[in-house]
Amino acid sequence: MERYIFYMVALIMIVSAIASVSSRKMLRSVIYLLFVLVSIAGIFFLIDYNFLAAVQLTVYAGGIIVLMIFSVLLVHHIEMRLEVAKVSKRILTAIACIIGIGVFVTTIYSYDFKVEGIATTTTTEDIGIGLLSFGEGGFILPFEVISVILLAAMIGAIVIAKGKRLEPNNDETL
Amino acid sequence: MDFSYTILIPLIPLAVFLLLGIFNQKIKPAVSGYIGVFGLLTSAIISFYAAYQYFFVSSKVDGVYQTFVEKTVWMNFTDTLRIDMGILIDPISVMMLIVVSVVSLMVHIYSRGYMKDDDGYTKFFAFLSLFTFSMYGLVLATNLFQIYIFWELVGVSSYLLIGYYYTKPSAVAAAKKAFIVTRFADLGFLIGILIMGYYTGTFDFEALNNPEGSAILNWASTSFMGLSAITWALILIFIGGAGKSAMLPFHIWLPDAMEGPTPVSALIHAATMVVAGIYLVARLFPMFYFVEEGFALNIVAYVGAISSLFAAIIAITQTDIKRVLAFSTMSQLGYMMMSLGVSGYDGHEGVGYMASMFHLFTHAMFKALLFLGAGSVIHAVHSNYLKDMGGLRKYMPITNITFLIAALAIAGMPPFAGFWSKDEILVAAFEHNQLIYYVGVLVAGLTAFYMFRIYFGIFWGKDKTYEHTPKESPFSMTFPLLVLALLSIVGGFIPFSEFVSADKAGFVAHLNYPLAAIAVGIGLTGIILAWVFYKKENNLADKWANAFGTFYKWSYHKFYFDEVYLFITKKILFKRVAAPIAWFDKKVVDGTMEGIGNKTVLASEKIKGMQSGRVQDYAFAFIGGVVVLAIVFIYLWTNN
Amino acid sequence: MIEGISIYEILTLTSILFFIGVYGFITRKNLISILISVELILNASVVNFVVINKYLYPDMLQGVFFSIFIIAVAAAETALAISIIINLYRQISSVEVKDIETMKY
Repeated sequence: MERYIFYMVALIMIVSAIASVSSRKMLRSVIYLLFVLVSIAGIFFLIDYNFLAAVQLTVYAGGIIVLMIFSVLLVHHIEMRLEVAKVSKRILTAIACIIGIGVFVTTIYSYDFKVEGIATTTTTEDIGIGLLSFGEGGFILPFEVISVILLAAMIGAIVIAKGKRLEPNNDETL
Repeated sequence: MDFSYTILIPLIPLAVFLLLGIFNQKIKPAVSGYIGVFGLLTSAIISFYAAYQYFFVSSKVDGVYQTFVEKTVWMNFTDTLRIDMGILIDPISVMMLIVVSVVSLMVHIYSRGYMKDDDGYTKFFAFLSLFTFSMYGLVLATNLFQIYIFWELVGVSSYLLIGYYYTKPSAVAAAKKAFIVTRFADLGFLIGILIMGYYTGTFDFEALNNPEGSAILNWASTSFMGLSAITWALILIFIGGAGKSAMLPFHIWLPDAMEGPTPVSALIHAATMVVAGIYLVARLFPMFYFVEEGFALNIVAYVGAISSLFAAIIAITQTDIKRVLAFSTMSQLGYMMMSLGVSGYDGHEGVGYMASMFHLFTHAMFKALLFLGAGSVIHAVHSNYLKDMGGLRKYMPITNITFLIAALAIAGMPPFAGFWSKDEILVAAFEHNQLIYYVGVLVAGLTAFYMFRIYFGIFWGKDKTYEHTPKESPFSMTFPLLVLALLSIVGGFIPFSEFVSADKAGFVAHLNYPLAAIAVGIGLTGIILAWVFYKKENNLADKWANAFGTFYKWSYHKFYFDEVYLFITKKILFKRVAAPIAWFDKKVVDGTMEGIGNKTVLASEKIKGMQSGRVQDYAFAFIGGVVVLAIVFIYLWTNN
Repeated sequence: MIEGISIYEILTLTSILFFIGVYGFITRKNLISILISVELILNASVVNFVVINKYLYPDMLQGVFFSIFIIAVAAAETALAISIIINLYRQISSVEVKDIETMKY
């Protein structure tokens, strides 16, 4: 049962990803990305990481995609068709990527992974304790650092997006 | 005795130069004149004090004047071969200190009047101070390298001062000419110094000049083309001296140097810098005398005699009074060289050496006086040419009298200074080389003739029509004239031989009455001839000039030396040597270099496109590279 | 653990996803599209972290933590990228890559 669900999810993911990088319409491209992200959340559900799946859905599917849609709406006409690269370049890149996939896959299959057969359930509590513990294996420091980074990114995004202040001369005319 | 305070003598003019040079725009012209004069006055007082101490307070040891050296090591090559900086006090350096101080001080005072209306008055005094500093340094140098450094410094200051009127093309050309010609001769000097240092292992004058020292005793140990290497070095050093002292064939710069202001001519091109060459030979006199039985010294004698005669002949026909004086200077310098060349070493044998230094001393006084007098005349009539002058004795009594005194002194009339020194030179020549003696006597007659030719031409004869009536120069200009005239009268009575002699022991010189009588007689003949020709305006001179015909023309054109030089440099050196080299440099050397550069630019233009600035292109190259490397490392590398 | 699915299959899936992202990154001409491609690449790596954690070290949580951090950094990066794109659009009225290659000279 789970096996078939996985294949379905994988199929949706790859098709949506290809559609996302080849669609000539900007907004559609973003929506295809949404499908990919939701599929990834599905995989997280399948391997029993419910909290991670929830984070994936809220942050990516909820936050980032909305941000992108807004920016697309701000800078684009919906009907505008995107430019694409020359055919030769696309083919060349595709060949390089296929060779790359081949290298990756053969390398992966030639390696003998020692899979542990134990099925443990991870609760949100485990993750919270792990993130906030400062002993052995605790992640309190990166956690604090990432919070600072998020703050800095927020301020930076505001400052950059705000642009130049209006000139005093312009004020007088208003 | 401690003579370390003499270091102040050069340092004060240097300080004045820096002060006036740096604050050129800030200092009022009037003040700068006073600063210059005052600085030099201090130097002169110290010089006189040093001379007094040296000659009268510090007694001789074993009847010989001691040499005092204060020095500090500057560069060390080997244990003996090193370059020092310091001061050397011995009879001739003290004598030169007096000469430089007196003439320079007089010229400074004179310049305050003469240069009053010129732009760059402060600059002029700065340059004068620079020159005085360099000259003091040259005089006090303790070794060949130090003297070379100051040698070049006087060359530079001479260049600056000749080109003082830098808006005048002729002055610029003259400055360049003086610099290049003396530079060319200095090349010989430098090579001579290097050879000397290589073979004797020292630059130090004391070590070189010691008659029992290894430098002199071992001269025969090296030989090159039939002569000792030391002799070659001495000849090369003499070439440097000949360049500065305007000996044949390096004399061409001196007449042109008269483009500079007249006080400069008086200071540099009559009294001080041009005697540097004589001073250099005198400085190394024991070497010149002892090495290879005085072979190099004979060259000095003949070059001096020929230059002396040559310049005297040219001086007769020149019409620019400053040029007459310039050739007269050259002639007298030749006299001094000649005198050094015929000198012996011990006691009375060394009369030539003594006479040369004595003549240097007296000549500095009366030649500076002649130049300053000429400057006074030029100042009054605004012309350099004899044809614009005449009958000036009524307008300029002081200049007239002082000029007459100087002319009598240079003509060798007793009891003026020139008589005594010239007599000693003739005695030395008579005792050592009869041929040179006759040349000397002939030159003495010619000197009297040309000097009185310009004297009568300027101060007697008919009045010319002047734009505005000439009047006597201000006191600041006549005062130096009077002082120098006084020195020209009494200078000869100094018992010079007791102070300065080749072996530093001193001796008592006696007047040789028959020789003196001959010299005075021939001098008088010259004066009387000049009186006949030029006292009254008549065409006698022209008739004689026509009678001599080509000879007159050759003399008037200075024996075409300038033309020959121009021909050699322009037609042969520039055209046949320099032009092909320039072509080679431009086409082959530059061409290769530019070709490499151009090819690089072209290649970079071609491959510039790869740096597209698009992140995606870079990413593509990156991914492709990673894939290729992965293939290489995973399959090709491990499986072989 | 997913019943019947080995780690090889999941890693193959993420490799494919990764190279689709690379393909998009190189061929797309628009800044927002490039950003989308970057998100694909990031997600592929996130899945890798999680899957390797689950299959090989099931009693540890490091892979999960890294995934959370990657998601946070991706959020920050996207916010900044979007603000840059908007600002750029205001300046030159374009978000095409070819219009912003002034770095070249």
